[in-house]
Amino acid sequence: MTPLATAIPGSSNNGYVAAAYIVFFAIVLIYVAIMAIRLTRVERGLRELNERAETPRDGATQGETRQDGLGEDDAHSQARERETV
Amino acid sequence: MSSRTFPPMNGRGLRALSIATVAAIPIALALVFFYAPIEAEEGFLQKIFYLHVPLAIVTLCGFVLGGLMAIMHLRTRERNWDLRSYVAIHMSLIFGVGTLITGSIWARGSWGHWWVWSEPTLVSFLIIMLLYATYQPLRFAIEDPERQARYASVFAIVAGAFVPLNFLAVRLSTEYLHPRVLGSSSNLPPKMAFTFLVSLVAIALLYATLCCYELTAKRSRMLLKSRSRTLGFQ
Amino acid sequence: MVATVGALLRKELLVELRTLESVPGMSLFAVTTFVVFHFALNQNSVSGDEAAGILWVTLLFAAMLGVNRLFVADQDQGGFDAFLLAPVDRSAMLLAKALALFAYLAVLELVAVPAFGLLLLAPPLGQTLPDLLLVLVLADVGIAAIGTLVAALAVQTRARDLLGPLLALPLLVPVVIGAARASSPLFVLAHPTGPQVRWLGTLALYDLVFGLISYAVFDFLLED
Repeated sequence: MTPLATAIPGSSNNGYVAAAYIVFFAIVLIYVAIMAIRLTRVERGLRELNERAETPRDGATQGETRQDGLGEDDAHSQARERETV
Repeated sequence: MSSRTFPPMNGRGLRALSIATVAAIPIALALVFFYAPIEAEEGFLQKIFYLHVPLAIVTLCGFVLGGLMAIMHLRTRERNWDLRSYVAIHMSLIFGVGTLITGSIWARGSWGHWWVWSEPTLVSFLIIMLLYATYQPLRFAIEDPERQARYASVFAIVAGAFVPLNFLAVRLSTEYLHPRVLGSSSNLPPKMAFTFLVSLVAIALLYATLCCYELTAKRSRMLLKSRSRTLGFQ
Repeated sequence: MVATVGALLRKELLVELRTLESVPGMSLFAVTTFVVFHFALNQNSVSGDEAAGILWVTLLFAAMLGVNRLFVADQDQGGFDAFLLAPVDRSAMLLAKALALFAYLAVLELVAVPAFGLLLLAPPLGQTLPDLLLVLVLADVGIAAIGTLVAALAVQTRARDLLGPLLALPLLVPVVIGAARASSPLFVLAHPTGPQVRWLGTLALYDLVFGLISYAVFDFLLED
């Protein structure tokens, strides 16, 4: 059986224990912070999407589906938008 | 379990999981520092054991889980499984860094060196982390998304099978002339064993919760992008 | 299936014989590395653990050169597509390529091991040669299985020369452990003994597990 002590032997080790636990929680906190930033970005994107979906554009049907290729650049899609208007 | 409700992504499932995690961690901490007795040889330093070993166990299980999910992906071709595999491996990488750092701190406190080759857990971890560190470069070096998912799954399966084998090989090769630095988790007195179990559960819950959050975040982002594109913006 | 593997293997070996892309480079690399080790370690001869380490590190890195080139010709010149069109079992390509890589490793060792014995090894090779051969064969099977799989993975990515070794080296650590520990008693100066069974067992287990996994998983790499 693992031997047990009756008193705390040396106190120089406290620093290491604290460091280990602090490092772990720091990692978790950093991760949560990154997630929070990402969440705000997604929420902002959603808000923009909602606004744009609600304001009517001249001559454009709302909710029009377009076949978009991956990696189409902005200039190209902007040109397409102008065409429908 | 349908692939849409597992793992819990939002609503009551995720909330319950989060609450369980937020409850388990302080309980585990309280047990570690107030309930578990001090060990004679290493003294207070031994308390790191309750953090380092559960982290190690959860990390390794996460990698193996990533491999299992990759098998499901290759069998069903559902992108959901690939996403889960990616998140499991990604999270295990983070927890693995935590394992290495806490293990190194423990070695420093115990032996005075920041790294010891005589501890097989730490050494196999180094190898496994070096392997999984190539996971993301591999993914991002392949442009076609379908192929990227497929190749990543192949990697996850091979690497997942590698984890136990590597452990075995390193354990065999570590000289037992020195006593194991970080101690084994067998022959624990009941109070320590109970504390260890609770810590393990707490870390496992944390892993599961963070994975679910990451999955939700990724899916929201993907959904947002595809909706934006469908509606003709950007 | 056997016929397909035979045909593919014959093609691989013929191409290698004609172009001499991999094997001379690998062998030369190994011999040069021994010279580098002499200067790096500042020693005239080595034995025991050190000798085993130098031999296996050199063989491993030389093998990486071969792994890098394994699928390059198929990728660049459309060999994959031609193969996929044929009505054959796709795992035949894995077997053929792995056997080819094994053959390259065998030739590599035919050059590198005597060179090692000549340049750096303190005790003579003579009596321990059969044991060494056993270790070499077991290790080569593992290197061939993982090397082929990793080569197929890496060749379709952008950074193929870099990714190949980065993927293969950690995966091959158990092989290094098993091979080095097994061959180290063979290189002891005073009384060389045979390899320990547990290391041979590790190598055999590794070969079995990863041979099967590579076989199971290879198909998924070839779809397109």
